[in-house]
Amino acid sequence: MFNRHAIVEKHSMLLLVGILIVVAIGGLVEIAPLFWLESTIEKVQGMRPYSPLELAGRDIYVREGCYLCHSQMIRSLRDEVERYGHYSLAAESMYDHPFQWGSKRTGPDLARVGGKYSDDWHVAHLINPRSVVPESIMPGYPFLASAPLDTSTIVDKLKAQRMVGVPYTDDMIANAVADIARQINPDFKGGADFLKRYPKAQQRSFSGDPNEAKEIDALIAYLQMLGTLVDFAKYDESGPNLR
Amino acid sequence: MPVINRSEEAVAASDGFAALGGLAALALGAVMAVQTADPVMRFHAILFLVAAALATGTIVLHAFGPDWAAPASVSLVLQTPSGVYSDGVIRAGLIATVFWGVAGFLIGDILAWQLAYPALNLDLPWTNFGRLRPVHTSAVVFAFGGNALIMTSFYVVQRTCRARLAGNWAPWFVFWGYQLFLVMAATGYLLGVTQGKEYAEPEWYVDIWLTIVWVVYLLVFLGTIWRRQEPHIYVANWFYLAFIVTVAMLHIVNNIAVPIQWTSTKSYQIYSGVQDAMTQWWYGHNAVGFFLTAGFLAMMYYFIPKRVERPVYSYRLSIVHFWSLIFLYIWAGPHHLHYTALPDWAQTLGMTFSIMLWMPSWGGMINGLMTLSGAWDKLRTDPVVRLMVVSVAFYGMSTFEGPVMSIKAVNSLSHYTDWTIGHVHSGALGWVGMVSFGAIYCLTPWLWHRRGLYSMWLVEWHFWLATIGILLYITSMWVAGITQGLMWRAYDALGFLQYSFAETVDAMHWPYVIRAVGGLLFLLGGLIMVYNVWRTILGHQCGDLAEQPRVAAAPELRGALVPAE
Repeated sequence: MFNRHAIVEKHSMLLLVGILIVVAIGGLVEIAPLFWLESTIEKVQGMRPYSPLELAGRDIYVREGCYLCHSQMIRSLRDEVERYGHYSLAAESMYDHPFQWGSKRTGPDLARVGGKYSDDWHVAHLINPRSVVPESIMPGYPFLASAPLDTSTIVDKLKAQRMVGVPYTDDMIANAVADIARQINPDFKGGADFLKRYPKAQQRSFSGDPNEAKEIDALIAYLQMLGTLVDFAKYDESGPNLR
Repeated sequence: MPVINRSEEAVAASDGFAALGGLAALALGAVMAVQTADPVMRFHAILFLVAAALATGTIVLHAFGPDWAAPASVSLVLQTPSGVYSDGVIRAGLIATVFWGVAGFLIGDILAWQLAYPALNLDLPWTNFGRLRPVHTSAVVFAFGGNALIMTSFYVVQRTCRARLAGNWAPWFVFWGYQLFLVMAATGYLLGVTQGKEYAEPEWYVDIWLTIVWVVYLLVFLGTIWRRQEPHIYVANWFYLAFIVTVAMLHIVNNIAVPIQWTSTKSYQIYSGVQDAMTQWWYGHNAVGFFLTAGFLAMMYYFIPKRVERPVYSYRLSIVHFWSLIFLYIWAGPHHLHYTALPDWAQTLGMTFSIMLWMPSWGGMINGLMTLSGAWDKLRTDPVVRLMVVSVAFYGMSTFEGPVMSIKAVNSLSHYTDWTIGHVHSGALGWVGMVSFGAIYCLTPWLWHRRGLYSMWLVEWHFWLATIGILLYITSMWVAGITQGLMWRAYDALGFLQYSFAETVDAMHWPYVIRAVGGLLFLLGGLIMVYNVWRTILGHQCGDLAEQPRVAAAPELRGALVPAE
């Protein structure tokens, strides 16, 4: 056997093809089935695409690298379920392009942070984390409170999301810019329709100014909805949960 | 020695193609700069345009310009026995490796101090931890590690094939194209442009650029192998080839994304949720396996035998090592996703293969260490050998720790904690860093035709500062990680969780300070290396030349140091 190895040592293309075959196997076996196995593509009642404001907030979350210190994946361990809530379901990140499960908890898990703190707490915490949590080592993000939210690309973002498989309708795309105004200001024209497009979306001014969306509004809208879509009082572990 | 005689037509054609490529890049940069509404894209387009203009100018000047524009290295190269090799691009690669290394260590240490004293984040967008951390990881992994790999692979493949690098401009395109990739990636992170996937943060257009550079790199490497004067392809080249090919596969599959507009920096991954998580950690773990392991094992298989002047311990072991390592590594990714929404069978596969991976890892370690058989005294007399041997020892340690941490029961404690950070750094600082330092200290005199390093005494200092720095780093992170893991799962007598999350953050302060001090020592070692390499390049000697081993000198100068046998 070892003598025959000389063949691949003398033919670079054999070596190259051999390497390719050997390194392709593991990935094929582990990744490919995830695209059709029931447990990983199951739909769960309550899941919906992000509202335009939430999506913009999520993009800010990605931009600032929040995932480097905060996970969004509650493991099925007793202490985690008690600290953070029901363990995370695959379906809960089905519209997450990319996923934000994270790998490190320098700060706490955020998979179900929605509704745990008030908007005012989030504003204060983002501007100066140590004003509300003295032990915190999180950086301050005061610039988010003053930066107006750039809505010029939101339509393109929804379209690109639809291309990668998120079920945004034509109606959602046509209303994308207005829906940002509707979410921070319930009195904005068509506010009720907004809730039909995005059930359970939280409609209010997150940082106190209902007339102009700031980056901090988007980020807090995103944080406040995290983990709130699936109703675990109705969720049945043995399935089916999609109907 | 083979001499490649190139006809004038071939040289003219190569200059012509290179210039055309440069002009095409120039046009692309100009169009993007004009069309885009995205300020970061405009900045990167202008950067690209300037790089293309400089490249085109250099090519045109070289082809049609006066004699002084011809490469200066030609006259130097022809005077040496290694005359046929193209070493200019390797010299540039060595300088880039040293530069990016120190830059990456510096940012890493700044981050370490930020975690201990959060006021250091300065509350600005481009100085906060979240944006700087990818700059650190990309600078050390892709800039320092990547340049070390490209540079040493170009050196090793030429020497072990006894052939000049393939391509005329292509090796230089790989070098400068790769630096451009690094600069676009790093400036992008600071300005908030990221895909949000760890170690795969560069956005879609930077990824496409890297793909082009990488394919050319593969062609240069393969092309050199095709020119070889040796019947066999040397073991180090198997590892380099596996590294190049597999990284191409991982990079392409993990980065498929749809840009929101072709002039925008922003894109969305085509995968989502659990599929994206599995693809990401298949990529992420094999960035460790193929970028930070296979490529650096190639360095081990060349520089340790060269430096200690002994053959590789076992040919058979290297065959088993190679194929089992590359087969098993690819499966290990799911151990990053234990107890998550990833199906159990995948987690178990990841754990099982991670444990099996211990065997080829240690097989490789044994092959590296036992190469010193009969030359163990060099550990005492040659600090460069010591750097490389200790690096292999760290490799053994972290490839033992890794499988342990991949066991689900252990992982339930260690995951999400600083134990992982410590583990990564015992591999990155101990293994990757030190074997690269060893290669750099070997190569500097060899590439610049010097009788030895400026100072072996400074290598000694570098070795001890780096070693103590690493020890402080990993021990403090063990303490931090295990403390965190235990505090998170601690229950009081009444059955309630005992600690709030904030209390566990508070407990991390002193380990974080000690870690930052360790990082500072490692950085100091790096700065000493910069000084030593710089003085060696300048041709200076501090007086300990007589104590340096014969192999420290450039090959063509060794005869002058010892009487002919």
